[in-house]
Amino acid sequence: MKLITAIIRENKLDQVREALIEADITRITVSRVSGHGQQIGEEIYRGSRVIPNLIPKSRLEIAVNDSFVDITVNTIIKSARTNSKGEVGDGKIFITPLEDCIRIRTGERGGTAI
Amino acid sequence: MRIKKRILLVTGILAVISAIPAFGSDGTPVDTGITAWMLTSTTLVLLMVPGLAMFYGGLVRTKNVLGTMMHSFVAMGIMAILWVLVGYAMSFGSNILGGWFGWNKDYFLLRGIDETITPSGIPEYVFSMFQGKFAIITPALIAGAIAERVSFKGYIAFIALWGLLVYNPLCHWVWASDGFLFNMGAMGAIDFAGGTVVHIASGVSGLIAALYLGARRGHPKTAVAPSNLVMTMIGAGLLWVGWFGFNAGSSVSSGLLTAQALTATQVAAASGALTWIIIEAIHQGKSTALGFASGILAGLVAVTPAAGVVQPWGAILLGFGASLICYLAITAKNKLGYDDSLDAFGIHGIGGITGSLLLVFFIRKSWMQAAAEAAGGSWSMWQQLGVQLTAVGIAIAYSAIVTLILVWVVNKVIGFRASTAAEMQGLDYTYHGEQGYGMLNPR
Repeated sequence: MKLITAIIRENKLDQVREALIEADITRITVSRVSGHGQQIGEEIYRGSRVIPNLIPKSRLEIAVNDSFVDITVNTIIKSARTNSKGEVGDGKIFITPLEDCIRIRTGERGGTAI
Repeated sequence: MRIKKRILLVTGILAVISAIPAFGSDGTPVDTGITAWMLTSTTLVLLMVPGLAMFYGGLVRTKNVLGTMMHSFVAMGIMAILWVLVGYAMSFGSNILGGWFGWNKDYFLLRGIDETITPSGIPEYVFSMFQGKFAIITPALIAGAIAERVSFKGYIAFIALWGLLVYNPLCHWVWASDGFLFNMGAMGAIDFAGGTVVHIASGVSGLIAALYLGARRGHPKTAVAPSNLVMTMIGAGLLWVGWFGFNAGSSVSSGLLTAQALTATQVAAASGALTWIIIEAIHQGKSTALGFASGILAGLVAVTPAAGVVQPWGAILLGFGASLICYLAITAKNKLGYDDSLDAFGIHGIGGITGSLLLVFFIRKSWMQAAAEAAGGSWSMWQQLGVQLTAVGIAIAYSAIVTLILVWVVNKVIGFRASTAAEMQGLDYTYHGEQGYGMLNPR
């Protein structure tokens, strides 16, 4: 089992979610986060372009069984990219090993609980 | 002590100044009482526009909140300028082109009314500005039907054309002294404050635009969660307050008729709101805040044409009828599956039709007597119903046909429907380069 954490552009959230649902990956946690990587964000504030220190992003957390890692990651890459080439600021994906997973309702553990 | 003295002195001076009557260029005196109330009403109606922005803004998703609020705010800009340019002349000038709309060259840029006092004793500027606020809020109402999926440019072009070709002619027909609906039947079609001109016109146009542009992406499968119902509730509250100016101000006086209209407005809104949450409690098991707000609007919309002619008991029944019928209409909409996103047709269209027709059963006796005299003997509520049906039918047909043409033209020439990518990213980011709820993120 792996935990896939993806940081993506806020305005790509719909595209990524729709693509994931299309690929049958429907269990997901989404949060609004701020941070910075390589991107220098720019916004319009009263006519002047300003660069905020922290750029708002969406964070997706998806726990998957090993066989689903590739499809999940590929789907996110494909749908979260700006244009087909991608641009600085499109985000990152982290994959971490997941020790266990427990469904609270039944108490079952492991791969079937995901 | 010293401050007290100064206040006394100032109020004394003010009393002397206000005791000096002001006169128009032709010698008509200003009635300060009526003028004061009409200035207040004008302000109250303007307050409804940010109220509407909050009401609609709270109902859309976080990514569209600013774009949606801008649909109301930008109307305050465009429609106000157009009104001063040609709107007032087209609405309240004398018949031209066979009465399609009016014209008066003195009203162009309001040049000829700089010192005019109307016969009712208010500066004509006040009347013009009061009416101009209606021309602002009416196209802004349409935005509710096509929320979350239109381009900013296309929307601006559409409301500008719609104001010129739908609102101004309708306003002229119903409210100008030589408008043909104003003079139909014994005492004209009853539209006290805009049941046909404002609510039926915007509701029906919204429906046509929504049908032409199609549903939002994912509708109705994807749940569309309101971004901020707290803001929607504040907006509904502002609309209720502002409606006192809208209805009671439409008496263009400050006296008995004003009080009658204000009372009917309050009672119908309350009755509509209560009816809606009772229906919800029975049908869904819970009374929602949005339901209460919707009921307020349904009641207010229905009493808009009727405020000058119904008594409190009639207003209670109007509010009840409007909420019942609007609730059924929205339930039907969900079954039919078309995407009138924020129910501009479901509440303004259906509520306006309900109010304009139902009101004939509650008209106060004195109005019917006056109508009978004007008709030369007798005038029944069924005859008035005929007049109302004609006015409603004309408002529906005219706004539907012209809107269809306008939506088609705007979509072909400028592009009205937002692109798929724009819709997914949200109106705020795509058209304005901003985000509405940025403060929720640390920066």
